[in-house]
Formats: sequence, C-alpha cells, structure tokens
Amino acid sequence: MRLLLKGARVLDPASGRDEVADVRILGEDVVEVGPSLTDDGDHVHDLAGLWLVPGFVDLHTHLREPGFEEAEDVATGTAAAAAGGYTAVCAMANTDPVADSAAVVEMVWRRGLEVGLADVFPVGAITKGLAGEELSEFGELHDSAACVDFFSDDGRPVASAQLMRRALQYATAFDAVICNHSEEPSLTAVAQMNEGAMSSLLGLPGWPHEAEEVMIARDLILAAGVGARLHVPHVTTAGAALLIREAKARGIRVTAEVTPHHLSIDDAAVASYDPVFKVNPPVRTVDDVLALRAALADGTIDAVATDHAPHPPETKDQEWEHAPCGMLGLETAFSVVVTDLVEAGALDLLTAVARFTTGPASVRNLRGHGGSIAAGHPANLTVVDPAQRWQVDGVQLQSRARNTPFQGRTLQSKPVHTMLRGRFTLRDGVVQS
Amino acid sequence: MTARLHHLLSMEDLDAAMIELILDTAHKLHEIADRPIKKVPTLRGRTVCNMFLEDSTRTRLSFDLAAKRLSADVLTFTGKGSSVSKGESFRDTALTLKAMGIDAVVVRSHSSGAPQQLASYIDVPVLNAGDGWHQHPTQALLDLYTMRHHLGDLSQLHVAVIGDILHSRVARSEVQGLRTMGARVTIVAPPTLLPPSIQGWGVDVVRSIDDIIDDIDVAYLLRVQHERMQGGFFPSSREYARIWGMNGDRLRRMKAGSIVMHPGPMNRGVEITSEVADHKRAVISDQVTNGIAVRMAVLYLLLGGGPEGAGHASAEVMA
Repeated sequence: MRLLLKGARVLDPASGRDEVADVRILGEDVVEVGPSLTDDGDHVHDLAGLWLVPGFVDLHTHLREPGFEEAEDVATGTAAAAAGGYTAVCAMANTDPVADSAAVVEMVWRRGLEVGLADVFPVGAITKGLAGEELSEFGELHDSAACVDFFSDDGRPVASAQLMRRALQYATAFDAVICNHSEEPSLTAVAQMNEGAMSSLLGLPGWPHEAEEVMIARDLILAAGVGARLHVPHVTTAGAALLIREAKARGIRVTAEVTPHHLSIDDAAVASYDPVFKVNPPVRTVDDVLALRAALADGTIDAVATDHAPHPPETKDQEWEHAPCGMLGLETAFSVVVTDLVEAGALDLLTAVARFTTGPASVRNLRGHGGSIAAGHPANLTVVDPAQRWQVDGVQLQSRARNTPFQGRTLQSKPVHTMLRGRFTLRDGVVQS
Repeated sequence: MTARLHHLLSMEDLDAAMIELILDTAHKLHEIADRPIKKVPTLRGRTVCNMFLEDSTRTRLSFDLAAKRLSADVLTFTGKGSSVSKGESFRDTALTLKAMGIDAVVVRSHSSGAPQQLASYIDVPVLNAGDGWHQHPTQALLDLYTMRHHLGDLSQLHVAVIGDILHSRVARSEVQGLRTMGARVTIVAPPTLLPPSIQGWGVDVVRSIDDIIDDIDVAYLLRVQHERMQGGFFPSSREYARIWGMNGDRLRRMKAGSIVMHPGPMNRGVEITSEVADHKRAVISDQVTNGIAVRMAVLYLLLGGGPEGAGHASAEVMA
C-alpha cells in the first residue's frame, strides 16, 4: 500500500520542520517527505489546511483492564486514544490484578496489539499489589514481552523514603524510570479538593500544595543521590514546577508531565460540587494553572499526559465526598491545549505538538512513537483539523465512561485522522475498529 | 420585594431583604407555639421529606415539629453513609424521591455540597439542614432571629465567633448571615482550627478572646467536636478551655446587655463552663425554641407562601 499525504502543514518537533509538505508512506513506514512529491500511483489524501503531526503518546492512561471493565477496557480505551490522535498509550498499573507480574503486563500489551487501535505500553507497579511494602519484580516485568521500563504505583504514593530509595536504586539496573505519585499521605488524610480560599468557602477538606511539593522534593533528593531517573506525574502546583525547574538546572535526571485539566481548570469549578471535577491531585488555583502553562512552555514539564481515568456513572454520581477521583482525557487533550494554551498565546504550536510526541518519548522508550516524520520512521501520524470547532459531549465519546470535565465546552481543533504504522485507526473522524 | 426563595442551600444565597423576610415571617409564626393548639393548616396536603443522612437529633426534631405545626405530612428518611453502599448513585436516590411526588426535601448530610447536588437533580425546593463543614443556614437564621430579639438592629452588633471555624458549617453560615446584615464579625480560634483562607469573609481575626471581650455584643461559641480533641489540633481540652473557652471571668468582662450563644450540643468545661452555660445571659435554650419558628418560616416561604400568607396563618390561629 502506497499513500501520499498531500499539502498538510507538517509540524515535526524532532526536526523542527513547520511547513507545508507531502509525506509518502509505503507499508508501515514513511519513505519520503518533501514539497510537492509526485504521485507515483499512490492513494492520495488531500490534507490542505490540516496539520500533520507525529502520532501522540500518552504517558498516563488508565485503561482499567483487567478488573474494572465497567469503566473502560483496552478496546474502548484505545478507541478513545485513536479518536484523540494518539498512537500509543501507557497503561497504568492499578488494575485488578495489579500490573506487578509478567502475566498481567503481557496480557495488557497483547490486548493492545489484538485491538490494533494504539500501541499499549504497560506501566509496571513499583510495589507488589501497590501495597507500598515490597518491590515488584522489575526484572521479570522488564524482560517480559511488554518490555516494561517504567514503574509507578500511580494513585498511591510510595510513602516510605527507604522503599522509594531502593526502588530508584534497583531500577538503575534496567535503566528504568520510577514515577511516584507525588502526595505526602500524612498531609492529605481526608483531602477532597485543593486547600485554599475555595476549600474554606465550600467546607471541603483541603489537599495542600505542600503535600505534593514535599514529596517531589524528597524524591528529587533521593533520585539525585543514587543517580536514578525520576518521572514526576501530574504536576499541579507552581511550587512543584519550581522544584523541577531547579532540579533540571542542577542536572538531576528528572522528567515531568502535566494533565490537560490542570492546564485548563481551576478550583472555582468545584463550587458546583459536581463530582466530575473531583480528581487527584486536585484542580488548583488560577495562579497554579498559569505557572503550569509557563512550565510546559519553557520545557520544565516535558509532556502533556492525560491521566485518563474513566469511572462509570453509578460510582461517579455520588456525593462529592464519596465520588472517586478521575477524569476522562484522551479525546479532548490536544484540543484543550490548542484552545486554552496555543490560541491564548501561552504556547507556540510546534512546542505544543512536541509535548504530545517528542516530550513523552524523552521519558521512556516508546519504540517508534513520538519520533520524527521522516523517511525510515514508522508511519505513526495524526492529522488535526485546526478549523473544526466542536462541543464536548460525554455521551458521544469513545470511552465507555462519560466523566469528562469539559462537558459542554466548545473546543478549537480536532484530530480527524490517526495512523498507526501506515494503517488508519481514525479516518475522517471515525474510529476504524 | 425580594426574589422568591427556591431553595435554601447556603446563607450566601440570601440577601438582607430575604433574611429580613424570613425573620419577620418567623416572628409571625412564633406565637403559634404559645397557643393551646400549636398547629395551623397552612401546609395541609403537602409532603415534606426529611432526609437525614447523618446522625442528628436536635435539628431533625426541630424540622419535624416545624413541618407538623404547619400541618404538612412528614416523611422521614434516615440513613448513614453513601447510597453507593447500596449500589445506587446519589442521583438515583434523588430521582426516587422525585418520583414519589414530595413537595420539599430537608436534607442533612455529612457530605459538603450534597444539598446543592440534590437541587441540581430534582425540581422541588431543597432545604439544607447542614452539610459537612459547609453550611447550616437555618442555624444561622435562628441565631440572627435570637440576636435581633435580644439586641435589636443586627447591623450595629459586634459578634465574636469563637472556636473551631475550620470544621464548622455553623461558622460559615453564621459569618455570611451576619455580614449580609451588616454586623461586625471577629473570629477567634486556635490557628490550627482556622480555615486555610478567609479571603472574602469580611471578618477580623484576633489571637485572643481577651483582646475583644469587652467590646462584643455576642460571644458565639462553637462546639469542639470530640474527634478534634483527639486529632492533634490543640494539645489538650484543658488548654483549650483556658485559652479559647468562655468562663465566668470573661463573662463578667463583657458589656452590659451582651449575650452568650452556642448552637449546641455544648461540651461543658471545654468551650463553655457550666457557670456561663447556665447564666441568664446565655440564651442557648432561646435559640432552640426560635429554631422551630424559623424553620416553619423557611418551609412556609419555600412552599410558596408570601408574607401576607404568614400573617394569615397566624390569624387563623387567633380566630
């Protein structure tokens, strides 16, 4: 199969290319990129007026399989990924059973291949059963077919400094990355939302920014001490961004991610008590949102990651206090960043694309994802229509769940085609399952 | 004339005119309690659901009595914890109530915001009877009623709210109600029991009761809950009583005519000594009595009555 993608604005952060160009694909790979390529009997797609970018990569996805298929599974989650322009997602370990054995991570990885809508890179649990007590078998997970090189107990912090230090040390044997949920649990025992003026008014127990920053500071010091690689998930506070910026300047091997919702929504949204806005870490203040945008723009934060966390209505539609934390993200992520950051002038478009592609690829080995649009690279590509304005409706999303915090919002730009190794997974806005 | 009352979720929703209307209506209804037959037919044929999802005796009884004195049918629904334990969402619980055709819901919940969520699910009036740390508007209204009765013009008062502000729904409602009526409010609390921010509250904060004791018209004491005593917010109840509690010495330093209030139940010996609690300037049992009239007024206004009707309700009794 030969394809010729003609006339798109090619945005390729790896090479810095931002120009109208044609891209020729043969089989699974890009074979030629250049202005005005001649049609050699290819299937031609006219992409004039559209953006052609590398397929997006999500470092932080809850696919919920195995164990919580009423919320999401690999098929619905990767359909959501394809619809959002993603060609690869990293599936978090808090499944049931937990992703702490080769059997579980290989199952999840294989389900991704079978479904064929996005490559699934499982995240391994740092501790067995996410219990925070004993390290899981990093070697077994690393040597499995899923090749796990990234470990997280996401949702739960590794509270013990000793255990965290050992995890970081042990991971260096596999050049693996440790990603610790940044929350000092003794400061958040009953927390329900960001601590501050809004929590004071709403009478909800606060989740203080210090709880995140204390944990990040500890982990940065530990990672520096043993020379290990640390990844900070879902950064939410101005102070956390400052810690990471300083650590990078000092040469500590740290990477970081931020979610679209923390870049877009502040804690005033909680005044509705609509549990769709309940998330951990919580949405913070406007000042935090602005600091996160700046940190994403200046490279302190490497990647936008969704923390896509589906929950079915019967658990999410509870009193705020009883509702679980988490929001959908895959299908709105890029559009939110374009609408709230790029259009607002807080981030240039090529950098925005980088934070969805080369940024995540700098964090872990993504085997052909997050790379360049260049000859010899796999054709993992996304086409975005910048002119499309669309209104988010949870019922219309590919995810099994509906808990999008952007319900009813009008967003600018939408992925219209997604291609995984030369094959459309999203075509004209329709998932190709 | 103020807008009609659709729900009573938070004191933040009430302007001064609406508060005045509620207090005036309560005043008219108050005399029903002094009649041999303490009942008027005003809400006959209407059904009020008392949905108490958290332990409460005083408030539930007060609402029960208020509805019954207005001849409403009362459906009491008690339960603890979340509907999720029954495999049902809170939304489903709300829709079930709606399907039963009730006319108003009085809701008490451990969860801040639950009444507001309920109001978004169903189209009958929702009356917040206390939600988490958030609001307890009828408590604030009955306190304003009591202050007005004893001291007159609320805008001229200086009220000290003393104690656990952080965890107190009463404090939030009290402060908002007093500020709306133009009163001066000073907060006194151990720093660990202050909210993270009082931005926009319009109050002063002082470190010691003794800084303001001779200037205030009302010492409003909040209950120190047992779990706070265990929670490390302050070293001991003994120290709390000494520094933050109201005692006879402090009472004697208060201005002539000033009063002491407490939403109950009291921890005698912690936030209030028995000497103060039993003193004639402590109007704590008046608060309880006034609570019934205020809740009658709110039910009456929520279920569609106007100020003329309240006079009529009262007139019916006098006839």
